[in-house]
Amino acid sequence: MSLNKKVGLFIPCYVDQFYPKVAIATLELLRKLGCEVSYPMNQTCCGQPMANAGYERDTVATTQHFLDTFESYDYIVCPSGSCVHHVRDHAPSIEGKENNQKDIQQRVYELTEFITDILKITDIKGSYPHRVGFHSSCHGQRGLRLASSSELNQPVFNKAKELLANFEGLEWVELSRKDECCGFGGTFAVTEEALSIQMGKDRLQDHISKEAEIIIGGDMSCIMHLSGIASRNKQSIQFKHIAEVLNEAML
Amino acid sequence: MNSREHILSEIRKLKLPKSELFGIPIFGIEGDLLDSFKQAILSNKGEVISEDELIDSLQSGGYINIYTPLDQYATYSNCDLPEDPHDFRNLDLAVVRGHFGVAENGAIWLDDTVLAHRVLPFITEHLIIVLDQKSIVSNMHEAYSRIGQEYSGFGVFIAGPSKTADIEQSLVIGAHGAKSLRVVMLGKEKEKGILT
Amino acid sequence: MSHPIQAAKFLEDKSNAKWHDETLWFVRDKRDTSSKGIPEWENLRELASSIKDNVLSNLDSYLVEFEKNAIKNGIKIHWAKDAEEHNQIVLSILKEKDCKAIVKSKSILTEECHLNPYLEENGVEVVDTDLGERIVQFLNQPPSHIVLPAIHLKKEHISEIFHEKLQTEKGNNDPYYLTQAARKHLREKFLAAKVAITGVNFGVAETGEFVVCTNEGNADMGVHLADTHIACMGIEKLIPKREHLGVFLRLLARSATGQSITNYNSHFRSPSEGKEIHIILLDNGRTKQLGREKFRNSLKCIRCGACMNTCPIYRRSGGYSYDSVVPGPIGSILSPGIDLKKHSSLPFASTLCGSCSDVCPVKINIHEQLYEWRQEITKAQSSINAKSIAMKIANGIFSTPYAYKLSGQIMRGSLKILPESVTYSNLNTWGKERDLPELPKQSFKDWYKNNGNE
Repeated sequence: MSLNKKVGLFIPCYVDQFYPKVAIATLELLRKLGCEVSYPMNQTCCGQPMANAGYERDTVATTQHFLDTFESYDYIVCPSGSCVHHVRDHAPSIEGKENNQKDIQQRVYELTEFITDILKITDIKGSYPHRVGFHSSCHGQRGLRLASSSELNQPVFNKAKELLANFEGLEWVELSRKDECCGFGGTFAVTEEALSIQMGKDRLQDHISKEAEIIIGGDMSCIMHLSGIASRNKQSIQFKHIAEVLNEAML
Repeated sequence: MNSREHILSEIRKLKLPKSELFGIPIFGIEGDLLDSFKQAILSNKGEVISEDELIDSLQSGGYINIYTPLDQYATYSNCDLPEDPHDFRNLDLAVVRGHFGVAENGAIWLDDTVLAHRVLPFITEHLIIVLDQKSIVSNMHEAYSRIGQEYSGFGVFIAGPSKTADIEQSLVIGAHGAKSLRVVMLGKEKEKGILT
Repeated sequence: MSHPIQAAKFLEDKSNAKWHDETLWFVRDKRDTSSKGIPEWENLRELASSIKDNVLSNLDSYLVEFEKNAIKNGIKIHWAKDAEEHNQIVLSILKEKDCKAIVKSKSILTEECHLNPYLEENGVEVVDTDLGERIVQFLNQPPSHIVLPAIHLKKEHISEIFHEKLQTEKGNNDPYYLTQAARKHLREKFLAAKVAITGVNFGVAETGEFVVCTNEGNADMGVHLADTHIACMGIEKLIPKREHLGVFLRLLARSATGQSITNYNSHFRSPSEGKEIHIILLDNGRTKQLGREKFRNSLKCIRCGACMNTCPIYRRSGGYSYDSVVPGPIGSILSPGIDLKKHSSLPFASTLCGSCSDVCPVKINIHEQLYEWRQEITKAQSSINAKSIAMKIANGIFSTPYAYKLSGQIMRGSLKILPESVTYSNLNTWGKERDLPELPKQSFKDWYKNNGNE
């Protein structure tokens, strides 16, 4: 399949630095799905950590830079709900560029929603013979509405699950608290360290008690936090970004 | 400037956005209203009893002080309406009429016209409410449209016996108000004289 | 003390913290089941939110309408611009009635005004009659939750305090037994009080009536036996019409506890013959909040407590960690407007997960307001502090690709070079209880340069 549109790959800064394999998987996956993808080398951080810490006003230059970097792409795709949520909904308005900014913001997509909503693909054929738990990042789920929220009285959906569900051999684990926060929360992870750790442990326990073999997430920030706790406590559960799983499993 | 003027002028100084007041759409309820109502009363830890069971209760001798403003059961009433409501302090059982019930939650509407004194349904140890089974409305929207602009100095929706879960979230029936609520649903042949 | 310190303290007692989390989650779960039984739930939330929008946009005229109708019904209206004036009004009514002991049902507003200590200083005995509130009053504590005031206490603890205050059997922890003891004790208080105070859940402009909701029946026991009923009401508690009660009463109890309605929903329109009803309309910072565009709709709150039950932070840190009359998410957006400095850590006591906004029956965008308060707080704090400088540097780095690249290399490099004892030292908070990810040989950017083209 071919989209005939230029896709700009937007890779969160910590993924660039710590998890290049997730970025590579995203790139490969999108290309397998027929997209013309390139990675603008000039990109930096989107500014989310600063904005969530209360310094949105200090991210004007960062936001300006983001817009300049990605302006020429038809779609801007990112393997992180959290960063997309920031760019779309929280980045400060750039004076004199408001319309242009709005236009660019509307072209930014989180990876799974890009696949299901723009590429309109929901039945990827493949095999992934594992028992998996899925960790919905809050910014992806409630910020971008990538999945239904357990608080709302609405039809149940989950864009990640739609993509994973058809894989042969994949067992989907139903969690007791299906969309509780893991406690990462950016600077929260260090400013409220005790709470952050407890929330992470509780989230892990939910997956482990349901005998999940792998925790799949859409945001490496949550996964970095959860895997850090699991590793410290010698818990053997594995972690993957959904881009890695889709890329690996896809036939 | 007094505080009233101060508060109002503080508000008037603000440039507040206009906002429309929308009407409430009609929301129905599925299933049989009477069944839903009875189910709701049970979930609220109340009971639904027949009129025979009511009479049995009144005759049982299990209640020392009984008061009802209803003529129908006046023979069982052994207290006069006291001038001072404090004198209801040892009341064991009160039987009152409810105007209507709400299917979605078991709430029953009572007001000054059926309460001999406002404290009656609260101070009594046990409460029985007599209700016309045709009076059940679907939900709270219908309930308020039924009340309409009727004037009563006091009105209350009672949905069950007094309860609390303030100690470790353990449900305890009988906090400060009536320790039990029983609801008598009267059919057409029984309502004459009571539900007028 | 700031929230992180209090939260860490709360978590020290692991089994208690776990119990607190699970108990409140259980309430949240009941709320989910209950709300999902109403097909029009989301419409109701939308309606409630829009009704409150309308109220906030026309608050002055609704207040005047409410006052006019209430006076017509024989109710006395008082206006208080702050807590002090509110308390003075209450005291002056008590003096006029020569009343030295009152009963009070749950009212967060009187907590906000610190009415109890004020009245006690002036020689009035105050008895909180909600069971949970009576328990915390015995302990000289404020409520730790606005709907479940004693949720932080275990029954053993309550049994001890009842043994001391109400002479219950030592070691009898049975909730039924303890509740009956409180019933007996409070009945005497109800029978003796000449004045009863309540809060207000809703005031109806159209009719001048107000509604008070309880499960225990304590508000009604108090006011119907007393000669004088004082209802303390925030000016934002108004709704335009009686029919709007249908919307709010359907949402309130389901959101609060998962019940389909509270047991007693009392509508007060005029006093019984020979008795008096007073309403005190309180501002105390509400008009200021109304003027703050980004935070205005926090005034829609109907005090159901659902945001507390759902909040992963509140459940694991307890109400007292917020050191604020209204704790939890809603408190964290209300309190900074009252005292920014004191409550500056509260908007940061959140991961911005957004559960509070989705659970809110009047659709307050709580987590977005937390985000906005963060922006206000950092502005208000002295512009030269460490975090702020770090952010300015970060912005400088992230707007310059070369600097970003360099700093990234240094970041990965230093993690590789430094011994574990340094990265995992107590100074490094991330590493205290978490391992760092294994470091890749090269960044994606470096990889892409050589391998990125198809």
